[in-house]
Amino acid sequence: MAVFLTKDSKVLVQGMTGAEGTRHTARMLAAGTEIVAGVTPGKGGRAVDFGDRRIPVFGGVAEAVAATGADVSVVFVPPRFTLGAVREAIDAAVELCVVITEGVPVHDTIRFVARAEATTTRIVGPNCPGLISPGQSSAGIIPADITAAGPIGLVSKSGTLTYQLMYELRDVGFSTAVGIGGDPVVGTTHIDALAAFEEDPETEAIVLIGEIGGDAEERAAAYIAEHVTKPVVAYVAGFTAPEGRTMGHAGAIVSGSAGTAQAKKEALESVGVRVGKTPSETARLMRDVLAARGGSAS
Amino acid sequence: MDLYEYQAKELFARHGVPVPPGRVASTPEEARQAARALKAPAVIKAQVKTGGRGKAGGIRPAPGPSSAEAEARRVLGMDIKGHTARTVLVEKATVPFEEYYAAYLVDRAAGTFLAMVSTEGGMDIEEVAATRPQSLARMPVDPAAGVDAETARRLTDQAGLPEDAREQVAAVLTGLWRVMVEEDALLVEVNPLARTSDGRVIALDGKVTLDDNAAFRHDHAAFADPPPDRGAAGLEARARARGLNYVKLDGSVGVIGNGAGLVMSTLDVVAEVGGGRPANFLDIGGGASAQVMAAALEIVLSDPDVRSVLVNVFGGITACDAVAEGIVTALGTLGEVGHPIVVRLDGNNAEAGRAVLDAARHPMVRMVPTMDDAARAAADLAAR
Repeated sequence: MAVFLTKDSKVLVQGMTGAEGTRHTARMLAAGTEIVAGVTPGKGGRAVDFGDRRIPVFGGVAEAVAATGADVSVVFVPPRFTLGAVREAIDAAVELCVVITEGVPVHDTIRFVARAEATTTRIVGPNCPGLISPGQSSAGIIPADITAAGPIGLVSKSGTLTYQLMYELRDVGFSTAVGIGGDPVVGTTHIDALAAFEEDPETEAIVLIGEIGGDAEERAAAYIAEHVTKPVVAYVAGFTAPEGRTMGHAGAIVSGSAGTAQAKKEALESVGVRVGKTPSETARLMRDVLAARGGSAS
Repeated sequence: MDLYEYQAKELFARHGVPVPPGRVASTPEEARQAARALKAPAVIKAQVKTGGRGKAGGIRPAPGPSSAEAEARRVLGMDIKGHTARTVLVEKATVPFEEYYAAYLVDRAAGTFLAMVSTEGGMDIEEVAATRPQSLARMPVDPAAGVDAETARRLTDQAGLPEDAREQVAAVLTGLWRVMVEEDALLVEVNPLARTSDGRVIALDGKVTLDDNAAFRHDHAAFADPPPDRGAAGLEARARARGLNYVKLDGSVGVIGNGAGLVMSTLDVVAEVGGGRPANFLDIGGGASAQVMAAALEIVLSDPDVRSVLVNVFGGITACDAVAEGIVTALGTLGEVGHPIVVRLDGNNAEAGRAVLDAARHPMVRMVPTMDDAARAAADLAAR
């Protein structure tokens, strides 16, 4: 089953004819994704060849959806065009819109997240690596060759930490890994992903990766206490981060006593989540959890 | 980017929010001239991007031009919580009859904007929120509708402001909303928002944070401090000019990695597993070229506190062979390198990357297979 993205997902790529869009479309195709269309304003009617696959290009999302039945959009357009591109995807009623673009103004993100709220469109990102359901489909830039399908669901603010944990647990495998992005405001949250994993029969246990800044991890902890019965193992990055400095991700900043890694770790541990101090320890904790359940890592 | 008070007030004035007349000065003589131009008692305010100026002695009354000069001399160069006052704002002294609080901010949890208005201005708003939450009105702002006159008026009602002040405060609130939206601000805060004895409502202080991501559609470059050329800030400015995300820290293990989360994690593992202290945060980003990697290594090695370097890369888009080529290039151009470089490569083209480093056989480069062992090795080498 996996969450949000399956082998039946029909994916269109906004910005497919750009350098990043072309490169990652090729990689998504290689990962088994069913890519049905590209969208670039003004370039409708063309097609781009990827090996023996010819992907048609449309001038707008609505047109592409009407012609191909696409239900997922992956957005690779530059920041100044992102708000317009995402609005188009929402208005065309795609089920999932994955915004890879880094550097989107926060006001624009707030606008498209608010617009999506009143619809059935789920936004993932911006400034995220997207998501992958190994063996089925990939919408974004997460490498498909790290690991295969398995019982772990993963949700993370960070792309490379997602890769690191997938690599550490590559012999076990993942149902879906969701990179929600490190911006102050994002569409899909840790909680949304936790809820989906809880419902997903293929997911046996969940890895939650957080980092300094905001209180998303604390809110996730409260949600876990109330709603999640599957075991959750967590990792939080940024224990050594100084106060008041942004550590790479726009959202990764400790303000006063708010947003520290320690506070997040304590909040998660207080609801029974085991928190690793390093990625490798986190992977060990996950193996213990699966072994205790008699799962595939025993 | 956080703005200085005088810059925030420039934006306030641009959008019709009343501020006291005043001028910024960087020398005592300029302060004297500014005070003379005011033709009224002045106040000298240290311009630093931190709170607690008043307690630190950074805000001083100056009844006339000569006292303005003397007080500016005292305040200029003052250190307030690690921030040096390089300029002062010379402003017409305003005696508040009442002090309110007004702010717009990005509510990360709700994923939208939040308006906050209170009758209790002039104090720490977090304390007000904690101890007397009933005197702080909080209202989410619909990004599509914004704050019009009616919404602003509702805010003033909810905050319980005096009846006869509501209309003027509402006008200020719509003006501040224009600052928020039209300038792409993440925070607009006025504390205190003063009501004078003659009934005017004026922003006595101002705090604005602009969204760097929106710089492409604004002319905000003039607000930026000139890049420092020395010390930690100098290193950070040089790194930024080369497109690198670098934060100087106070340890001795230089850290380079790809992706903010992995680099933050690497710092933690250096401390947790290696018992070392990271000298910096440096994210080369996704898909970094050999040139970017070479620039990163050059920046980190130019930090005099660095005793060893840890390169931790998990190639997603980033190709590990490009990272390795960058290391070899940098070592070729840097001449003699006095500190060991520990490298851990995994993911995209990792084997090709390791082969590049093997072939180069540089005496200062050591490859270590896992993140934990690499962090331990780098910390050990820094401690030698």
